[in-house]
Amino acid sequence: MKNVLGRDIPEYIEGIGKLEPFQGAWTKLKKGWMDEPAVAIATKAKLPHENKLCESLEEAIIKANPVNGMTISFHHHLREGDDVIVKCISILSNLGINSITLASSSLTTAHDGLVPYIQDGTITRIYSSGIREKLGKAISKGILDIPVIIQSHGGRARAIRTGKIKIDLAIISASAADCEGNATGAVGKSAFGSIGYSMVDVEHAMQSIIVTDNLVDYPCIPISIAQNFVDYVVKVDSIGDPSKIASGTTRITKSPMDLRIAQLAANVIEHSGYFQNNFSFQVGAGGATLAVAKFIRDKMKKKNITGSFMLGGITSYCVDMLNENLFKALFDVQSFDAAVSSSLLNNKNHIEVPSTLYANPFNCGCLTNKLDIVVLGVLEIDVDFNVNVITSSEGYITGASGGHSDTASGAKLAVAVCPSFRGRIPIIKKRVNTIVTPGESIDVLVTERGICVNPNNKDLELRLRKAGLNIRDIHDLEIEVDGITGIPEKIQFTDKIVGIVEYRDGTIIDVIRQVKE
Amino acid sequence: MIMKKNKRRTALYIPGHNPAMVQQGGVYGADTVLLDLEDSVALSEKDAARILVRNMIRTVDFYNTEVTVRINHIDTPFGITDLEYIVPVKPEAIRLPKIETKHDVIRVIELIEKIEKKHGIPHGNIKIHPMIETAIGVQNVFEIAGAHPCIDAITIGGQDLTADMGIVKTKDNAGLDYARKAIVMAAKANRIDALDSVFADVNDDEGLRIETEYAKKIGFTGKAVINPRQIDIIHDVFNPTDEEIRVAIKIVKAFNENAARGIGVFALDGKMIDAPVVTRAQHVLNLADIDINDL
Repeated sequence: MKNVLGRDIPEYIEGIGKLEPFQGAWTKLKKGWMDEPAVAIATKAKLPHENKLCESLEEAIIKANPVNGMTISFHHHLREGDDVIVKCISILSNLGINSITLASSSLTTAHDGLVPYIQDGTITRIYSSGIREKLGKAISKGILDIPVIIQSHGGRARAIRTGKIKIDLAIISASAADCEGNATGAVGKSAFGSIGYSMVDVEHAMQSIIVTDNLVDYPCIPISIAQNFVDYVVKVDSIGDPSKIASGTTRITKSPMDLRIAQLAANVIEHSGYFQNNFSFQVGAGGATLAVAKFIRDKMKKKNITGSFMLGGITSYCVDMLNENLFKALFDVQSFDAAVSSSLLNNKNHIEVPSTLYANPFNCGCLTNKLDIVVLGVLEIDVDFNVNVITSSEGYITGASGGHSDTASGAKLAVAVCPSFRGRIPIIKKRVNTIVTPGESIDVLVTERGICVNPNNKDLELRLRKAGLNIRDIHDLEIEVDGITGIPEKIQFTDKIVGIVEYRDGTIIDVIRQVKE
Repeated sequence: MIMKKNKRRTALYIPGHNPAMVQQGGVYGADTVLLDLEDSVALSEKDAARILVRNMIRTVDFYNTEVTVRINHIDTPFGITDLEYIVPVKPEAIRLPKIETKHDVIRVIELIEKIEKKHGIPHGNIKIHPMIETAIGVQNVFEIAGAHPCIDAITIGGQDLTADMGIVKTKDNAGLDYARKAIVMAAKANRIDALDSVFADVNDDEGLRIETEYAKKIGFTGKAVINPRQIDIIHDVFNPTDEEIRVAIKIVKAFNENAARGIGVFALDGKMIDAPVVTRAQHVLNLADIDINDL
């Protein structure tokens, strides 16, 4: 069957079940009451002063009674610096556990070490927002029999709330925790900031383990994860390296090209009609995306504008803007910079939020619904403004859905920024490899060679033209860029589906096929 | 109707042997892109740069950016070949390094005319921008600036000039002050643009702003740029303020209305408005990209 974007979606996949095709960003949600009920929180009891502390990670995992076919969840707040996920899977493998479903909020290059455990059958299914490098390549080549399921951050929260992902064991790294399992990521030598992606995991997991390298006297303050959801606590030497959270992506770029794109994007925002007092704003980390914040900061000061809140992945640049009173609050589901931790700890207007509040579409209104402006990077964008942030120009899985579709759908103004080509590869395509965010959610594309407004947003185009900005038809720009780079050869795929891209509402927006070697 | 004129607030130097940089030349918002065959290109890369720049001018869209090529000095082994490659692709201007006398310029212009004839290109469309980079050049700058109608800008090469003078280039440009003002005056006397030298420290935004403000104050119309990050600051300095634009619109509108009735000099808000005032006002509108007929 075809979904509304014309993508071929199978009706059923063995090991996954029946698939529901994507019908539009709001088609499923506009009815208000959803058919999928929320699952109940596990009912358990502990006796007073019972000891939750374990001697080792292995002991904690054994106490959780691991079984074949279990679902185990993790967070990715330590990003490239995570030292827990591969270790836990290795322990489970040594215990002879197989056919595990791995449900991590995302996977990074720190998780390349999972490949052998997929090869030997320890892991047979994966849910994740993102997958990169060796792991992404291995999955793209067909290492898993059951396709990986790519979810947005909001979509993952929804899937856990509705029991689509049934977590048997949540293992949560924390930079500080006490003996009862009260835990946080905001203090300690491995502080990584918000622990927002884990909150829904511990609430709905059958069992949960807190792993920390900083066991503090009771009580651990602040309490980001509360003890009533925690079964076991274990102290390890290290949960990872927080200096690898950012990998340089939270500094303002010096690349002239990124700065140029960012400046043009800031001009678009300034003249969009949404740049006014109390506006809310989200930008990602790295490259042109974060650099937009620099130009917006200057414009806010120049025009004496103050905003309402900044959302999402929070960088130290966002903290600076909060401290300058340019925004009233930061809602932080994920900190892109370990330096953010002290602000999270000390500034009451820097608020840690769970992923359910951040972006879950199945509730009475998540924070992304309240966004005015979001700036988003892209791997590819097509002439219908559909965005790919998951597969590379060679067809391999190498990115992350993240909060892309969540924020793009909720924001009044979704600004996509990218160079028109990278190296010799055009970024603007007739059709993207994989759709993660539908074109209907993207209002405007900003490149160094011109600004393309989604034809659905005529008012915006008029405002930007009136401001003298260089507005171009996206088809013309695509032709121009093809003229510079040449048209790349089509990627050859087999019929095997290696990945399913879930839209935030659980419908299937696209599938990823095996790259033909 | 008063016609608009190209702005030359910024001229972005791009090494001619770097294809990635050349192909992006038109996207940074500089008024001019300066494709360089001279100092930024190693001797071993001279031929590659020449061929690349020729081909890029043929194929790359630089959008609204003026395309200028700096060739090697005509007395080097590269200068004449540079012209033979570059003139046929008709850049909007050619920048001539180390010009010391008006004869230097005339010689190059005659060579250009010969190449144009050979290729059936009408003469006079390629503008010439002599660079003053020696003490002798400074002494002769008035004659150089007025040597030929093709010359529509003159520029200073600060690094070479200080080297020729045997002094160190300082941040306050003390040793260049006379030369800069002499070049500006020669440009003004000949009604052509005066373009300032580069500011070398790309990480010193404040220093760049101060130097550009001074350049504007003494009469330069623009400045060379070595990194696209410098463009905005320079534009910001050379761009008129909202108040300047408001006043300029009022003056030019009033001038056009009076001119239609055959009146050349008139009073506006108690002040006399004559041709120089109108010229200045029109210059402000040019810088602001405002066409009075669009208002």
